[in-house]
Amino acid sequence: MIFALDIIILVFLVIAALIALSVKDLLSASMIFGIYGFLICLLWAEMGAVDVAFTEASVGAGVSTVLLIATVYNTRRHSSD
Amino acid sequence: MLSKIFASIAVAITGSILLYGVSDFPAFGDPNSPASAGVPGSESVSLYFIEESYKDTKVPNLVTSVLADYRGYDTMFETVVIFAAGMAIFAILRVVGNDGEEKRATSLEDSFTNGDHSRIIVGTTVRIVVPVIQLFALYVIAHGHHSPGGGFQGGVILGASFIIIALSENLNAALRRLSEQNYVRLAAIGILIYAAFGVMAQILGKNFLDYGVLEPLLFTDGPEMARSHSMLGVEVGVAFTVTAIMFAIYANLSSRGQLEKGL
Repeated sequence: MIFALDIIILVFLVIAALIALSVKDLLSASMIFGIYGFLICLLWAEMGAVDVAFTEASVGAGVSTVLLIATVYNTRRHSSD
Repeated sequence: MLSKIFASIAVAITGSILLYGVSDFPAFGDPNSPASAGVPGSESVSLYFIEESYKDTKVPNLVTSVLADYRGYDTMFETVVIFAAGMAIFAILRVVGNDGEEKRATSLEDSFTNGDHSRIIVGTTVRIVVPVIQLFALYVIAHGHHSPGGGFQGGVILGASFIIIALSENLNAALRRLSEQNYVRLAAIGILIYAAFGVMAQILGKNFLDYGVLEPLLFTDGPEMARSHSMLGVEVGVAFTVTAIMFAIYANLSSRGQLEKGL
């Protein structure tokens, strides 16, 4: 566990979370959510929880991003009502 | 505008309840808290796992031995939760009664070679990469009790390899390799494998999922190795279900339940 690395990853994590919330485009929001998942994975790996980091890398950063994009692809830009 | 005010009120209430819940947490550095268990003198069960799990199960990866053996009941129903999620996606999205199956049979030749030339590079790359991904997934599943990994992670990677095929060509190309019938079967078989390990222990006169008693069935020397091998079997069951459900969710989401074309 390296304290400086912890701080750097956490700062990027907060930045990624804020951007994912504030960005208007759903596709970019889901991509940034994938980056957020990968940063959490890095944080866990750096803390020594390698099994959890592995799960987060495959589920959070990998498949769930694909599922979100698959859902975004099926939406329209403007709501019909 | 009004909905934004209501949303803000809901967020504020939820946040204050969460903050109130935080006040019940143990103090920072408390030796009796679950987080710092393993410190000598703590009352938590973690110290037992850290010291004794290798002698009990001969599994070097502590996480897997806790996940698949000591808390096998938990993990079994986590797998059932994933199965239920897949069934919920199926129930909500799947449109039954189209002729997609027929079209899939007739369009065997429609993969990346003819038609859409812009996908040739992607398609060829994926064809080279997918076997490597699948081999790695099998390694993660089979080596889960010696290194980080296991059924969940390996299953997700294996499911992702089918998703990558669907992304690079089209959904039908992936469905030809893992059809709807087969993935639903695979998901159910995975849970049945897990439950079978539990029931076999019951038949031999011990508790549900008490693997040590499976020693004569698995031809191992000692109940420790029987527990180790049963963990591998259970992980394979988990991997079956997770693989099938990950691909099922993608296939239904990307094609709006039609199981045609996809993205």
